[in-house]
Amino acid sequence: MAEANYPDDLRYHDQHDWVRVEGDTATFGITWYAQDTLGEVVFFEPPEVGTVLTKDSSYAEVESVKAVSDVIAPMSGEVTEVNDSLSDSPEKINEDPYGEGWLVKVSLSHPEESEALLSAAEYQKLLDR
Amino acid sequence: MTLAEAPMQRERATTIYEKSKAGRRAAVLPDAGAPETPLEDLIPANLLRAEPPRLPEIAEPEIVRHYNRLSRRNFDLDTGFYPLGSCTMKHNPRLNERVAALPGHARLHPAQDPRRAQGALELMWLLQASLAEISGLPHVSLQPSAGSHGELAGLLLTRAYHADRGEVRTKVLAPDTSHGTNPASVTMAGYEVVKVATNQGGGVDMDDLRARIEEDHDQIACLMLTNPNTLGLFDENIEEIAALIHAAGGTLYYDGANLNAIMGRTRPGDMGFDIVHLNLHKSFSQPHGGGGPGAGPIAVSERIEPFLPRPQVVRREGADGEGPTFDLDFERPKSIGRLRGFQGNFGVFVRSYAYILSLGADGLAEASETAVLNANYLKARLAEGRAGERLPVAFDRLCMHEFVLSGRPMKTELGLATLDLAKRLLDFGFHPPTVYFPLLVEEALMVEPTETETKESLDAFAAAVEEILAEAETDPEVAKNAPYSTPVRRLDEVRATRQPVVRQPLG
Amino acid sequence: MTRYTSATDGDRAEMLAAIGVRSIDDLFEQIPGPLRLGRPLELPAGMSEAEVFERLAALAGRNADAERQVCFVGAGMYDHYVPAIVDAITSRSEFLTPYTPYQPEISQGGLQVMFEFQTAMSELTGLPVSNAGLYEGPSSVASAGYLAMGATKRRKFVVSRGVHPHSRETLATYSAGFGTEVVEVGLAGGVTDAAALVAAVDGETAAVILQSPNFLGAVEDVEALGAAAKEHGALLVVACDPMTLGILKPPGECGADIALGEGQPLGNRLDFGGPSFGFFCATEAQIRRMPGRIAGETVDVDGRRGFVLSLQTREQHIRREKATNNICTAQALNALGAMVHLAWLGREGFRELGELLVRRTAYARERLAAVEGVELLHDAPVVREFAVRLDAPVDQVLDRVAERGIAAGYALGREYPEYDDGLLVAITERRTVAQIDALAEAVEAAIAASRGAKLSDSESKAPQGAVA
Repeated sequence: MAEANYPDDLRYHDQHDWVRVEGDTATFGITWYAQDTLGEVVFFEPPEVGTVLTKDSSYAEVESVKAVSDVIAPMSGEVTEVNDSLSDSPEKINEDPYGEGWLVKVSLSHPEESEALLSAAEYQKLLDR
Repeated sequence: MTLAEAPMQRERATTIYEKSKAGRRAAVLPDAGAPETPLEDLIPANLLRAEPPRLPEIAEPEIVRHYNRLSRRNFDLDTGFYPLGSCTMKHNPRLNERVAALPGHARLHPAQDPRRAQGALELMWLLQASLAEISGLPHVSLQPSAGSHGELAGLLLTRAYHADRGEVRTKVLAPDTSHGTNPASVTMAGYEVVKVATNQGGGVDMDDLRARIEEDHDQIACLMLTNPNTLGLFDENIEEIAALIHAAGGTLYYDGANLNAIMGRTRPGDMGFDIVHLNLHKSFSQPHGGGGPGAGPIAVSERIEPFLPRPQVVRREGADGEGPTFDLDFERPKSIGRLRGFQGNFGVFVRSYAYILSLGADGLAEASETAVLNANYLKARLAEGRAGERLPVAFDRLCMHEFVLSGRPMKTELGLATLDLAKRLLDFGFHPPTVYFPLLVEEALMVEPTETETKESLDAFAAAVEEILAEAETDPEVAKNAPYSTPVRRLDEVRATRQPVVRQPLG
Repeated sequence: MTRYTSATDGDRAEMLAAIGVRSIDDLFEQIPGPLRLGRPLELPAGMSEAEVFERLAALAGRNADAERQVCFVGAGMYDHYVPAIVDAITSRSEFLTPYTPYQPEISQGGLQVMFEFQTAMSELTGLPVSNAGLYEGPSSVASAGYLAMGATKRRKFVVSRGVHPHSRETLATYSAGFGTEVVEVGLAGGVTDAAALVAAVDGETAAVILQSPNFLGAVEDVEALGAAAKEHGALLVVACDPMTLGILKPPGECGADIALGEGQPLGNRLDFGGPSFGFFCATEAQIRRMPGRIAGETVDVDGRRGFVLSLQTREQHIRREKATNNICTAQALNALGAMVHLAWLGREGFRELGELLVRRTAYARERLAAVEGVELLHDAPVVREFAVRLDAPVDQVLDRVAERGIAAGYALGREYPEYDDGLLVAITERRTVAQIDALAEAVEAAIAASRGAKLSDSESKAPQGAVA
């Protein structure tokens, strides 16, 4: 994905993570800005299914050739599924950060946390600063 | 920009395995001279391998050609300017190679009885004494194999020191500008790293240091510091820093990577440090070998001495007019133990001792003086013209043996990243400075010319930087696609990491 | 004394003027006054090259090296013949004087050597992934412990007493930092006590660490011993002597997760213990936890084949406190020596050398065991080193044999109190049958002399009724 893009139907965390909330479950990933800053992703170290995530804490790592970044949980919950295809094709995180490049699916423990997250417009405003 | 392939480029990489042909060989071995008993009669068949490893099959002339041709695909210090910051790429005297290769050194078995290795032990003792004087700390262990090994030793010494006092401390302070080995060593030694901020002048932020000490008072085991620091600046607050850490009960560790700035001028021991590692492959001229070997001896204060690794080389005075003898002392009940096999990288000790003998007290001081002179001169030259505008020095004051430039204006104004400048320098026949370190400085270039370089080399380097910047003003694409003249051009590191191929597949 | 620098008085004046200071001392003004040394270092004045050479040659002359004494000492480092091309190639400036290959475009020589070396070590050990080298053997064992601790999240190492004493002690030293426990398993009949090993390994065990051939020279049944590790999910770490891997089943085929060792026998000098290198190989599963440099193959922008340092995010300069290890040295020059030596030996030569060692060692073992007062310490299979018991104080025997210009071996009592009558004897291709015969004769004479001395000693004491 060459151009910056922040879909309106997602919620955003200021550490450059997005959430797609569907009732009590959600999908997490990193934003276009995050993958662009990191450069070409070469490795994703996922958490194990069943791991309990705490909002604002690191739950995984993404690596480019010369950098490692912690991935921050935008909301709390338990990991129900990880994107296994990233182990063979981590480049999906660059190519399609909101689609095939999703990282984990989570059963939310506090769905109300999404209210405190940023909208696409608010997140972009943060990036412009 | 398209160019015809340079001759080195036309010769594509071929590994020695690809040159192998069944039936060729180099080695002719002596006859065993012993009965030709079948192997299975001596070692049970289930412990034997079915097929020998697939090593190359190739005759000696082709082995020589292969590696000589490979060697020409390397840039090296003996060919040209190598201003790699923090690495101290100084001349490697060939005398040192000659004395290290003497059979009395090179073919001495490490388990030889100390009574029959007196020359080697005396040499180690003399080197220890020299390093103690240079560092200003009385006791030396030569055992650590490299700087990072010395760091680990220092942290384990710190742990033993506190344990001996009945204390358990958990945190080690290190500036955010520190070498990556520092935090990595801290973790291996079972401590947690606490970062200390850097002030406007590039030194330790004293307010932040006080705050960190207050917060973790009785948990602080150690502060690790490089002085001059990774920005090439001497921290003028060092006495106060030492006093604060000692008052908090911690030890003070000196990363000796930058010792080449201060030999004969000041000493870590006099600054208040308890433990120092010295990189013999930096300040003391051991060749870097393309990534080793080196050695990282440590020097320590009295309070740390009981915990030094074993064995220690000791000198025993002779009785009744006999000369002194030298021995390995294993009876060190408080020692942290061994860090490696045998006595350390003795071959490196021989070279470094030869270097110290060659230079002597005045020569070592002169080496540091010239290193600092060269760095400040090159910094002054790079403050002129385009470099002065596009590559400002990160902290504008006199530096020690190295200095850091920021490529930020070059990037925003010319679209040229520090990496591009580095790659274009390769076409000019220079090894680039250290790039993107320290992390504190955006688009950093860390330049350490060492005392080895002539004024003419420094001028030529400054002129090359100027020329590259001028070229970028008209056509930044040239540098962005550099290098052009090297055996290979920019390499795909993403591919190498996504699908790592770390050995030759063999059929 | 000015040495290895070029600045003339004229240069200095011009450079100081460009900097804008008056003197060299001004450059050091940033060092606070009280910290300035203010006196010359208390070291001798510089010396001429000829004088330095003579001084160091004199020191070297006081060592009984393997050229002056026939060397049957091993214990981890061996007096092999290093072919002349190793010296010729490793002394080339282009290999001797560069730094670590941070700029791959101008470091293809060094990087390709690393790649070739990794391939060779992978072949030797039968494991798919090799790094470019570590400091040396014993610290590589400690690094394997750190890897296993990270991989299993467990904190206990079960180590055979057959593992080199320096490796065990180094692991213990590092363990103080790791917060790990080291449990030792004893030997029976020269090899690891299998029942004791099974009893020691449990669900808390991060790694089972063996050595084969072990310190007593005995070839271990790694496959059988390793089953205990597999059963409890611990990593199997095998230290090995690379020179034996032309004939011994590679650790990778015996279930090892990590195979490592001291690289000195390959293309490196004795050097009184270093520098040499450690090799470190592992399964694919551990590739991102490996310590040290790893070269990888790739292509440049024009599609030419090339090599780079791969998987760098494991390392300290990127991952800092979370790095897989703090090491940033590959002992690249020593690894080059090994690669050239291996290429020179070649596939057949490497196997032949292994066979030569086995046969000569068998001859030496038999020859010594036939000596009055010598018996085998164990009769387990050996490749290039074996242990005997002497019916005389080992130190006395060593001294007497030394008088004949022979270093008879390594006194096991230095590290194993239970074998204080033990002598470890190592064979290389340099130790001829004639030298072995001379050793046997010298040991025989030495034992007889010791016994004679003891006899006359006890005779003289006998009247007082003293019984030892």
